[in-house]
Amino acid sequence: MSQVIKAPQSTYTGQVVVDPLTRIEGHLRIEAEVENGKIKEARCVGTLFRGLEIILKGRNPFDAPHFTQRTCGVCTYSHSLASTRAVEDAINKPIPANATYLRNLVLAMLYLHDHLVHFYALHALDFVDVVNALQGDPVKAAQIANSISNRKVTPDDYRAVQTKLKAFVDSGQLGPFTNAYFLGNHPAYHLSPELNLIGTADYLAALRVQVKAARAMAVFGAKNPHTQFTVPGGVTNYGALTAERIKEFTDLYKETLTFIEDYYIPDLLAIASQYKECATYGGTRNFMAFGEFPDPGCERDLQKRWLRPGVILDRKIGKVRDMDPNRIAEGVAHSWYVGDKARHPYEGETEPYFTKMGDKDKYSWLKAPRYDGIAVETGPLAQVLVSYAQEHRTIKPMVDKVLGALQIGPEALFSTLGRTAARGIEALAVGQQVETWIKQYQHNITKDQQIVENYEPPKSARGVGFVNAPRGGLSHWIVTDDDARIANFQLVVPTTWNLSPRDAKNVPSACEEALVGTPVADPARPVEILRVVHSFDPCIACAVHVIDGETNQVHKFKVL
Amino acid sequence: MRISVGLGKQSGEERLERHGVSRRDFMKFCTAVAVTMGMGPAFADDVAAALTGQRPNVVYLHTAECTGCSEALMRMYKPYIDSLILDTISLDYQETIMAAAGQAAEDALEQAVHSPQGFILMVEGAIPTGLNGKYGYVGGQTMYDICKDILPKSKLNLALGTCASYGGIQAARPNPTEAVGLGEAYADMGIKVINIPGCPPNPINMVGTLVAYLSGMDIELDELGRPLMFYGQTVHDRCERRKHFDAGEFAPSFNSEEARKGWCLYDLGCKGPQTYNNCPVVLFNQTNWPVGAGSPCIGCSEPGFWDDMTPFYKN
Repeated sequence: MSQVIKAPQSTYTGQVVVDPLTRIEGHLRIEAEVENGKIKEARCVGTLFRGLEIILKGRNPFDAPHFTQRTCGVCTYSHSLASTRAVEDAINKPIPANATYLRNLVLAMLYLHDHLVHFYALHALDFVDVVNALQGDPVKAAQIANSISNRKVTPDDYRAVQTKLKAFVDSGQLGPFTNAYFLGNHPAYHLSPELNLIGTADYLAALRVQVKAARAMAVFGAKNPHTQFTVPGGVTNYGALTAERIKEFTDLYKETLTFIEDYYIPDLLAIASQYKECATYGGTRNFMAFGEFPDPGCERDLQKRWLRPGVILDRKIGKVRDMDPNRIAEGVAHSWYVGDKARHPYEGETEPYFTKMGDKDKYSWLKAPRYDGIAVETGPLAQVLVSYAQEHRTIKPMVDKVLGALQIGPEALFSTLGRTAARGIEALAVGQQVETWIKQYQHNITKDQQIVENYEPPKSARGVGFVNAPRGGLSHWIVTDDDARIANFQLVVPTTWNLSPRDAKNVPSACEEALVGTPVADPARPVEILRVVHSFDPCIACAVHVIDGETNQVHKFKVL
Repeated sequence: MRISVGLGKQSGEERLERHGVSRRDFMKFCTAVAVTMGMGPAFADDVAAALTGQRPNVVYLHTAECTGCSEALMRMYKPYIDSLILDTISLDYQETIMAAAGQAAEDALEQAVHSPQGFILMVEGAIPTGLNGKYGYVGGQTMYDICKDILPKSKLNLALGTCASYGGIQAARPNPTEAVGLGEAYADMGIKVINIPGCPPNPINMVGTLVAYLSGMDIELDELGRPLMFYGQTVHDRCERRKHFDAGEFAPSFNSEEARKGWCLYDLGCKGPQTYNNCPVVLFNQTNWPVGAGSPCIGCSEPGFWDDMTPFYKN
């Protein structure tokens, strides 16, 4: 196993601004104060506001899933499902078991798709030097690739990639690789040319495999992005009961899982083993997970999920706390809104107060959600830590195996590397479980063919829907009026938890905390900032909150 | 028997004829585009010839959006997206996939916009115009100003998705950020835009339009700026459940024998009759589409559908 390379560090002191921070969803700016080559403090700035929650007011609750799904095309289905569960919670009646099976299967495919795309398309270029792949020896690369996984690749496969890549580089038009940080020998990139070649080949291969993973979602979910098959009461796709559709889904799922097992996880381990210095920065202390994949018949019971919810404070893995929704509150002290008091999602007041881009006091369109007043991280690392602590029968051995393979201890999980590894573990665990769910579903439909109940929009009701999305804990909160219209709708989303600004007590968010202490080898090409931020897989369109720019009025939400 | 309403009063063919596009030409054109998408060998060589030489520079901007159009584009199949960006075009700026960030990304944009051979502009997202554009910034500049600067310099402007075309979801009532589509935002500058609406648009409609342009074909647009080859007929015209509509066979609810039998979803709010798009024929992800999954069309390629077509489950 390789030795740990000390993270290269400059002697730079001053501000580093990364705007736009690319390879994420949405519009993000990172402002970092660097002192002697290390980040001393950082600010995450959401630079776009859209206002979907205000648009939802007065509308039919059954339309909410369509609207909220457009919060994000990357987290597609997560919001649709959260809104549907919120409306069903307000209706307070059960849905058919088959609906939960089908929702779980589509959501599981989203996990596989999303984590795969994140690792290769959004994160890999923080570690892999695509141009250096041209220097790799195809024979050696094939030997390495075949030794770390079950895949069968030949030197010719890699030669073909190099030929294509060489033509591309020689054209002088580098397209999406123009001005990449890795061009011109960046000190923080240090994979061997062979691993760069494997990484580049698989980066390209993943772009094709993800098409199939998305297609599996569409087999049951109509399309990807923006599935269209879930309604309050169940699902609409009677075709999902046919053997042909189930086979189509299963075949695409298996192809995706094979790629995860034979490419994603081995590549992740091979790259991580060369970047162990990334286990020395980017960590946080507090974690929150909502759990996911409800038992059929128990769609809204958080305790009856395959992965269970929980909260870990101060890295104490031995003590997982229950997740109590009443402890969720959002503050705006450092957001572009008037006010400084943290409020429960049902009690929020919002008045816009845009100052200027680059302000250090009020500096983001994101609000600052806190759990019991504490800034928490949510996402794969939080769910994996909670499940690990709960000794989950799939997650626990998988984490131990990864730690063993990398020859690191559990403390290394509290880092950029740990976060990225946890995402792979979550993808593999969910992926391997899907086969069981397909079989259970096939068995269930031999005796039960119902997929939906006919419900009406609820009058004077409230409800909450929790989804542990691929990016973490997502909750939608709905209140309806006497005419069964939406009186209030709130989204509290993973990236708002992870990349919010400071709160009233000046406590930074998880990502702001994670950036502190991160080394910067080259302030003009701050790849370490990308590594930390990308490890959270941020989604800014999801995270920006509500204001009414037309009237600039305070919106009072009912206290329940 | 019910009749289509609004624009749907005319059949797709009548509408195409009105725009001077005969069915034969339309089919030929579609075939060419289909071939370009890898669906057959016949015309591939011609189109390939048109696409040889230096790869055309493409700048892709994100404004007020959800990245669903980018994601849809990434689902492109034959050609796959890697082939598109390595072999066909030079995607010089696209924030979702580009390696560079921050100043290095800004520099890439500057280079592309000043490329001597020019560039094609694709925009995903609406333009927030409220608060002088301050609802949306990239690299310290408002989205409004960025597009105002870049739009007049490009050879072709493609508005991807309903947001860029007509404002989309953030423009739904009460439109808090005063978001509008690209064409409306810069109408006074005389900017020409081809709209490829949909939420998201089918990648074939996006790439098909791009390839049609690169191949030197004339792209006929309807009065809403949409290419007729993709948006010339209603969803209803080509729906697989049309026979049930014609026979008066409607599903009254989702949990019904009629829904189970795949009858028409008109009574559950289907907006297919008012919606111009090719979903039933092209499908999404090569496998399915909303009505195929028992879900009524929500009219997502029509301007203002978030207000005009809601409640979605009522007609």
